[in-house]
This record gives sequence, C-alpha cells and structure tokens, in this order.
Amino acid sequence: MKINQLSLFLENKPGHLRSACKALAGAGINILTLSLADTQQFGILRLIVKEWQKAKSVLEEAGGVVKVTEVVATEVADKPGGMAQVLEVIDQAGLNIEYMYAFTFRRNDKAVLVFRFDDADAAVSKLSAAGIKVIGSKELFEGK
Amino acid sequence: MMFAFENRIWDRNETLSREDLESLQLARLRQTVERAANVPFYRNALARARVTPKDIRSLDDIRRLPMTVKDDMRNNYPLGLLATPMEDIARVHGSSGTTGKPTFVAYSKGDLDTWAGLCARFLTAGGLLPSHLVHICFGYGLFTGGFGLHYGVEKVGAAVVPASSGNTPRQIMLIRDLGAQVLVSTPSYALNIAEVARAQGLGPDDLPLKFAHFGGEPWTEDMRIRIEKELGLLAFNNYGLSEVIGPGVSGECAARNGMHVQEDHFIVECIDPDTLEPVKEGEGGELVFTSLTKEAMPVLRYRTRDIACLDRAPCPCGRTGVRMGRIVGRTDDMLIIRGVNVFPSQIEEALLRVEGAAPHYVIEIDRPGSLDQVTVRVEVLPESFSDKMSVMQILHDRIDREIQSITGIRVKVELAAPQTIERSVGKAKRVIDHRAAKPV
Repeated sequence: MKINQLSLFLENKPGHLRSACKALAGAGINILTLSLADTQQFGILRLIVKEWQKAKSVLEEAGGVVKVTEVVATEVADKPGGMAQVLEVIDQAGLNIEYMYAFTFRRNDKAVLVFRFDDADAAVSKLSAAGIKVIGSKELFEGK
Repeated sequence: MMFAFENRIWDRNETLSREDLESLQLARLRQTVERAANVPFYRNALARARVTPKDIRSLDDIRRLPMTVKDDMRNNYPLGLLATPMEDIARVHGSSGTTGKPTFVAYSKGDLDTWAGLCARFLTAGGLLPSHLVHICFGYGLFTGGFGLHYGVEKVGAAVVPASSGNTPRQIMLIRDLGAQVLVSTPSYALNIAEVARAQGLGPDDLPLKFAHFGGEPWTEDMRIRIEKELGLLAFNNYGLSEVIGPGVSGECAARNGMHVQEDHFIVECIDPDTLEPVKEGEGGELVFTSLTKEAMPVLRYRTRDIACLDRAPCPCGRTGVRMGRIVGRTDDMLIIRGVNVFPSQIEEALLRVEGAAPHYVIEIDRPGSLDQVTVRVEVLPESFSDKMSVMQILHDRIDREIQSITGIRVKVELAAPQTIERSVGKAKRVIDHRAAKPV
C-alpha cells in the first residue's frame, strides 16, 4: 500500500525545472502530483507518476539524478478537519513526518495526503489500524 | 623501515654523501655559469650582477647569480635562450601554456639522455620494474609529460602503452585488456578514470593497475588516499616543469614522504617570494631551480612560483637528495580573499574530507560591494542524493564548515548535479575570478 515517489535533484538555476518537465512530456508521462522543496542553493522536485520506472529512466537519460522513495498516501474527506484527523493519529502513533504534501482527488469530496516517513511499513500498519484509509497506486491512478 | 615493495635505486648518484654531492654540484655549477654566459640574455644579467664564473667558489655563491622568471622566457621567444648552436638541438617542447603564450624549451641529444635517466630514477623509486607495462595517458605533444615519462619508462626497460589523453572508456578498456600494472597521468585524470570505471560497474579488483605516477598539477594527500582506494594501486608523486627540464626534477620513493630532488642535476632553493631571501629551514617558500647538467638551455635560478617546503632529514630509502613537500600552491594562483591567502588546493582538501561530495569544483570570486564573495560549486555524488531536504542540507553544511575550517574564510557553497562541472584532461581550470575584470 505504498507509493513510489521520484525525487529529482535540481540546481537552483533558471530552466532546470522546465527541462525536467519537458523530458517527461516528451515521453508522454503525466504527472499526477508534485511538490518542490527548495533552498537558495538547490531544490528537490518530488513527483508521483504512474509509470515511475519509465519516468526515472527518462529523467536519468536527460542527465538528472533521481531517487525512488516509498511514500504513504492517505485519503481523507475534503472538508475542515480532514487533515487534522490524520495528523492526530500520526501524533499518537509517534510517527515522525519527514515531509508531506496534499492534493485533491478526482472525486470532489476527497483529498489525498502524501507522507514521507522513515519507516513506511510501520506507518501503513499504524494508520490502517486507526481506521485511516491508506491508498495504493491502483486507487490513485485508476480510481478503484 | 619496511616498504610495500623492494626499494631499488637506479643510479648511484642518488645516494651520494652530502660532501661528495656538494663538490659535484659546485663543479657543475661553475660549468653551467660558463655555459650560460654564451647566451646574450644571461651574459647581460651576469654583467649587471657583476658575477663571472670565477666568482663561484662555494655553493653559497649561487645567491650572487641573477634570478630568471617566466617573463624572461617569453621575452626571448621562441628560442633566444639557447646555449648551443641550433644544429645541436634534438627536440623542442613547450610549456603547457597555463598562463598565456607558450614558451619553448630545447634539448640536445645529451639533455634527452639525462632527462630519460632522471625519469627512470623516480619511476624505479616508485616501483617500476623492467617487466611492467605502463599506460601513459599524458598528452603526447609539446607538453613534456608524455614524452618525458615515455623515454623514462623505456630507459628502465619496461613497456609503454602510449595511450595519450582523452576518451576515458577506451583508456579503461586498454588498461584492462593489455593488463597495464602502472598508470601515468595527472591525478585529476586518474579520478576521472575511477569515476568512469565505477559507472561501468568496475571496482579496484577489476583493474590490473598496481602503481601510478602522478604529476602535472598539485594534488593533496586526501586525494592520494581516494585514488589509491578507488583504483587499487599505490600512487607516487613526481614533479618537474618544462623550463627546468620537465618531469624528473624530483620524485617520491617508497617512503612516500616528500619528493627527492635530483640534486646532482639541479640545485634547489626555497625563498620568500617577496624578500627573495631563503626561508627558515623547513618553512614553505617559492622553489627556485638551477640546472647543473643541461646543455641546450641551462637555466639559472629559475623562479617556479610553486610553493613547497624542503626537508633535509635522512630518508630510510637511502637516497640523499633533499625532499620537497607537495606543492601547496603557486605564488600566482594564490587567492587573496578579504585579505586571507587561499589556495584552490585547500578547497579540494576540504571537499575530500566530506563524504558525498565529489572533488570536482569551481571557485568563483566576485566583489559585489566592497567585500569579496566566494562561491564554490561542488558536485554531489549520485549515491549521496536524498529526497530529504535535511540530508542535503547536512551535506551542504558539512562542505561549508570544512571549507571554513581549512581556509578560514566563509564561502557560499552551491551543490551541483553530478557530471555538470567540466572535466579536464590536463590542468583543471578551477578558479573564475570576476574581480580581475573590474576596476579597483
């Protein structure tokens, strides 16, 4: 029930983000969601795409440094308190969030929270046990 | 002292007693001054200094001789410093031209033989046996490195693969397929070979190399450790410059504690570049060389602009030549940042201490306001890239701290993606100083 996320190292220079996106576009790869972390000196682009293996080789062929990490996606109600409820479970379980980002799902009333934990497996079982809906790539990409 | 291999000595002159060496040096110095007086430039310089060959009564009298600098070579372009007729010249080489127009140096047949012998000495000191196969990836051309080492290897009786420079994957293929035990290159090119080999999935055990002889540019002890580990060999440092003869001025022995200057062929001085006075024993200073046996182009007190220190303590290998330490910088690549002297080699030393940073870097200096600002762009090793900002920040901060602790100055560190900083085959261009282009 984990999702493979791609991370790409970006130098903090004009055009670097665009050339990565262009490479993916050229290979017909659609980006489901992304998050960009940056400092003054460099950035890390995190991507969730369906064909992650293909995307990885496309980016690497374009000269990029890519790392694959497992992240945990949870589905929450797209309404006030939806995220707070998940965070409460995470707090109680003593899980440390390295970083997270969110996006709304295809259905209007749902949102997806993506978390990076140090131990993704432990997080999945603790979240599931507390009744949080953890979704896999099938649901994420096919809506099933 | 136990050495990692048999300590063999090529030439008996390498172990002369100090007394015998000095009387040989004095006799040869007098001959050199006489020979130099055939050259109009030196004749005038000697006249200005009011010195004649007869005035050289002891080795200390060398200090009465005029000094020679790079510009003197340029001003006598192309071959104005010949001490022999042109028909006695057997070969011409050129400086690598790091700073401006090339300068030419000429060799007589005797000089070429001397030179090959000098290279044979340090190659033997660094483990070369007649049975070895030596892969040379110095450029074969005007640069003295390729041909100098080539004839030295042949003098020893070993075999040469004159691979020359460029096309690293092909170099690796040749090394593996032909089974070279010895590598000759610049240290930065050896790092490039290691990097390409690693990308091909080849480790130190996949390469037949046992020894390497590096020269042509300054490098650090940390770099030696890294190259030795990655290529699985013992690396030796040698030193030379075309104006003096080329490689073979000095080289390391099995003790690897400094490079023995071939003092029966060169007198070395270590001076303060400002006062021109000798530095205190053991202190770093500019190296100055006088040739003792060169026929075609003798050189008097040539200021190398290379900074190193000299060690006169006895060496367990039995060679008696004074040992010079690594070149820690050049009087002209020394950067003055906010009043602090900084050498690019220090930045390199800092990077080699940080796991995850590649020793590929560019230093950019600017003065946006009144203060110098230094930016060091450093390549990150692919395996050290992380999706976690905290991990990358720690790497960044470690590089920052190491540079500050070694150089004493604060710099701005920029992480660069792997393979984005230009690799060089010869001397790496590592400093871009924007200050020079601006009015002060």
